[in-house]
Amino acid sequence: MENVKKLGKRKLGLAQSRGDRAFDIIVNCLVVLAAIITLYPLYYVVLSSISSPNAIITGKSLLVPVDVSFASYRYVFADSRIWRGYGNTIIYTFFQTIFGTAVTVCAGYALSRKDLVGRNAIMKLVVFTMYFQGGLVPTYLVVKNLGLTDTRYVMIIMGMFSVFNLIVARTFFMSKIPDDLWEAAQLDGCGNGRFFISVVLPLSKEIVAVILLYIAVGSWNSFFNALIYLSNQKLYPLQLILREVLLAGQTIQSDVDAADIAEMQRLAATIKYAVMVISTLPIMALYPFVQKYFVKGVMMGSIKG
Amino acid sequence: MVAAKESTGRPPKEKRDWCKLWGGIRKNWLLYLFLLPMAVYLIIFNYAPLYGIQIAFRDFRGALGIWDSPWVGVKHFETFFNSYQFKDLLYNTLSLSAYQLVATIPMPVILALLLNYTTVPWLKKLTQSSTFAPHLISVVVMCGMLNTFSSSTGLFNILLKQLGMEPISFLGIPSLYQTMYVMSGVWQRTGYNAVIYIAALSSVSEDLHEAAIVDGASKLKRVWYIDIPSILPTMVILIIMAVGNLMSIGFEKSLLLQNDLNLARSEIISTYVYKVGIQGAQYSLSTAVSLFNNIINFILLIGVNKASRALSGSSLW
Repeated sequence: MENVKKLGKRKLGLAQSRGDRAFDIIVNCLVVLAAIITLYPLYYVVLSSISSPNAIITGKSLLVPVDVSFASYRYVFADSRIWRGYGNTIIYTFFQTIFGTAVTVCAGYALSRKDLVGRNAIMKLVVFTMYFQGGLVPTYLVVKNLGLTDTRYVMIIMGMFSVFNLIVARTFFMSKIPDDLWEAAQLDGCGNGRFFISVVLPLSKEIVAVILLYIAVGSWNSFFNALIYLSNQKLYPLQLILREVLLAGQTIQSDVDAADIAEMQRLAATIKYAVMVISTLPIMALYPFVQKYFVKGVMMGSIKG
Repeated sequence: MVAAKESTGRPPKEKRDWCKLWGGIRKNWLLYLFLLPMAVYLIIFNYAPLYGIQIAFRDFRGALGIWDSPWVGVKHFETFFNSYQFKDLLYNTLSLSAYQLVATIPMPVILALLLNYTTVPWLKKLTQSSTFAPHLISVVVMCGMLNTFSSSTGLFNILLKQLGMEPISFLGIPSLYQTMYVMSGVWQRTGYNAVIYIAALSSVSEDLHEAAIVDGASKLKRVWYIDIPSILPTMVILIIMAVGNLMSIGFEKSLLLQNDLNLARSEIISTYVYKVGIQGAQYSLSTAVSLFNNIINFILLIGVNKASRALSGSSLW
């Protein structure tokens, strides 16, 4: 088998024209370039969060950190807003992920069943919401009338369900849980509840992981709902705090003495980089896992085109 | 004969259908329970707001409620169409969307093709992982990076200096704004958007390629005559979806990248809706503007869908 493969390769190699070899070289160079373009800015952020501000400004720390120091991180961690934002985001993400996944997986399974009376009509009503929305203010008024503004609930509820996730889940169930399975289970006297728990769920670990991660990453990174529905700073998630620090020109508010303030101003740029690193760390720590399931999710959603 | 039929005592056909239907519903009652949370969510957060759209035609006052606020017809639409910002907003929104569409449709295809033809397996894996990574960065961090990199002492200007060029205020020049917006989007999303094409390419039949190789086709020719046609249907669907979302282009990113200097280009309809509606509490005007936006979006989607069905046979519905 090995020999055959090798032979095949050599044969192809012989058949390669000069044009094809040039093609290979160009392709490989461009692939390297793509990797550098995407990775370098990320690397630069990490690099700059631990380099000295002078080295950054003069461009001496473009490839390796200069005068490594973790002072910027010390200041960031001394800011109580960052900690509170982190805590809030963890709460919002945790509950939104749990509830959102449960709602999506259950509904996705129900809508995948061909014997569900009214399936197509329900699906149409669901997909309609993807294309026509009430808009910002009417939605805001509904949330306000329910008394949800400025509560933790709004951050957990809003955005926990998305039609896109539902379609991904439904497509998975339609292709992975054959009708015969349900019919056979029925003959054995198995009801919907038992079938779902002891047959469907064990076969669906993948889709649960995909939906879980979709919602978790989206929730961790989300900023829109907090911007619209929260005005109490104590409830702010991390992303809103980040906006203040990174974009609205506010500085870190550490509980430090006057001597440190000058030092903090000197470190202003590195502190910004440190904030970016700290806020993205949890997601990047799970990166291989997240990437694997995100890719799976794209495939699942695309099966039906 | 007739009597015999009647004596079987079966209910008429129509009634039988209803019984069957009811039986089906009762048998699967649990599945309807499964749908309940989703239904509640959609009714509250997607369908209930549709009722509120009517405030676009009323002078909404909180104390009166939606139904009792006075009806004013198309007054708010007129206000918007006659406002000095209308032309700029429409232009900014449409040009930014079109720019983004043109830049983001081909890039993932190119990346997928490149990865497909890399002769070094580990390089393929590395690049796929690294191009995917920016997708996971939040929009706030992304804009924070852009903002910091664009400052006079940021990465972009350091690199310009190394090349011996004058520093540029990247986010302070209106004419540069859209390029910054679109290119950062390309940087962030190309890897993720390529995934679907990579999958489509990997399902292209080996036989086709082998036959082409036997016939002496160069790799470039195989890309053109085998790979591109086989991912074309996927592309068409994605283009339709992108055009359908043309007017709903990134509110968050626009808001975050806005500053006093680039506002002439960076103010788009969705950020205007936010400023008028949430910050300015002009609920009716804001709703009118977003309804206008929504309708254009809808028309675009239907139009593109029809056009693509006529031209290529692939469509969303």
